[in-house]
Amino acid sequence: MPGFNFDNYQRNKFLAAKGYPLPKATSTGTTIVGCRFDGGVVIAADTRATEGDIVADKNCEKLHRISPTIWCAGAGTAADCEFVTQLMSSTLELHALSTGRKPRVVTCLTLLKQHLFKYQGHVGAYLIVAGVDPTGPRLFSIHAHGSTDVGYYLSLGSGSMAAMAVLETKWKPSLTKEDAMSLCAEAIEAGIWNDLGSGSNVDMCVMEVDKPAVLFRNYRTPNERSTKEQSYMFARGTTAILKEKVRPVVDTVPFDIVQETIIQDVDKMEIDS
Amino acid sequence: MDHNPANWGRPRADVYGPYNAAIHNAGPMARTQQPSITGTSVIAIKYNNGVMLAADNLASYGSLARFTDQERLIKVGEETVVGLSGDVSDMQYIQNLLERLIIEDNYEQDGHHLRAPHIYEYLSRVMYNRRSKIDPLWNAILVAGKKDDGSPFLAYVDLLGVTYSAPTIATGFGAYLAIPLLRKLAANDGDEKNITQEQARAAIDECMKVLFYRDARSLDKYSVATVKTDGQVTIEKDVRCKDMSWRFAEGIRGYGNQQL
Repeated sequence: MPGFNFDNYQRNKFLAAKGYPLPKATSTGTTIVGCRFDGGVVIAADTRATEGDIVADKNCEKLHRISPTIWCAGAGTAADCEFVTQLMSSTLELHALSTGRKPRVVTCLTLLKQHLFKYQGHVGAYLIVAGVDPTGPRLFSIHAHGSTDVGYYLSLGSGSMAAMAVLETKWKPSLTKEDAMSLCAEAIEAGIWNDLGSGSNVDMCVMEVDKPAVLFRNYRTPNERSTKEQSYMFARGTTAILKEKVRPVVDTVPFDIVQETIIQDVDKMEIDS
Repeated sequence: MDHNPANWGRPRADVYGPYNAAIHNAGPMARTQQPSITGTSVIAIKYNNGVMLAADNLASYGSLARFTDQERLIKVGEETVVGLSGDVSDMQYIQNLLERLIIEDNYEQDGHHLRAPHIYEYLSRVMYNRRSKIDPLWNAILVAGKKDDGSPFLAYVDLLGVTYSAPTIATGFGAYLAIPLLRKLAANDGDEKNITQEQARAAIDECMKVLFYRDARSLDKYSVATVKTDGQVTIEKDVRCKDMSWRFAEGIRGYGNQQL
């Protein structure tokens, strides 16, 4: 039967009441944005992954490749974003081979929304899907329950409001690639500074028509750790050695070399002769 | 014999039916309420010569835009402006309290007048005491004016009695949408010295526009109050959001597959 198995629901509820709650799934807290420009689309994301109130990963990758020219930014449950994205990537590649055409963003959108709707929001993937295909540049957003939206500028995640404030102020209909890139970086930074669920660096991916997509990992790094004021290494001799005992593990009895044979191409596997 | 003193002097339950305990609660409910008529965000930013606040003129009844002429910025005394968001009936009660505060302060005729820090201290005591009785005034309030040393004063107090002060403050949705924009001008204490009145006004207008775009309980008509350190207070009414852009909608059809 498709969908999730809820047999353990009652047991889990009972355990949670007794003081053994489910561990909190790693969430991406997150600020993600997408923005169309003349001749393409750019998406960007922050790099903080949170597990409740703790920062689990200071430099995680929220930009996923679905096809060489279709990329996706994910907010919500980290594992759900990663796996649903990989699933779509495989499905889309097989589909493209079957149709003999380059994969389209709307195909990915439809596959994703039908998958997410089937799981009624339990697969916590909130995605900004963008790319260029034979129909041109496209930008969409999807929510975990399966709804989709179209836009020229979009933001998702806990920092979406901070990012949207910047986008609403500075977006205009005809943007150049450079304008769009700096706009997206600024929007993500608004999330990094003003949202506690977002932080660290800005990742970006630019998808231009008739050009290969370019991933800018750590496009901006406004949170670099400053150099430590001193070296805190302990000098050798700080811990006194009271007793030293060496036990040889490898047999070091010398052998006489009787014959030498040199084998070429050891790495090549033996295929059927 | 019934040994429970609570039942002495009362009709017998087995003869007259169970005792109706609800009569003890006769009288007005005075506990944590839900706000009924509400105002949305109030935003404020300090600048070199004072503080600027803005709040729209909407009093919502849930999702109904009930009253579009509600003034939420009030002048208190000579040199202070108080901006309130949240429940409107509690807002009007506080307005009344502040009016009486000023009047009673004037009894002394000692030449001293209440300023922003004093009004703020009074309000924060009222708010915290009400929360401690589990009967809050359901508001978030910004008090703006000048300190006794002449520098700009801006502080926040809310229904929980939480207080804080910063160069930029906003209540409600403004905290999410306006603060990131205001903080581009004034990120830290002391940055307000480099902001001119025109810059502050431009930032405020931009924020009110973004709030109208993205807050579903907002209005495009608002008031802007300017409280200067030289003592001047101006409240400009009926300001409208200008230069809004809805052109992005031209190219959008459907929600995915539908073509232009």
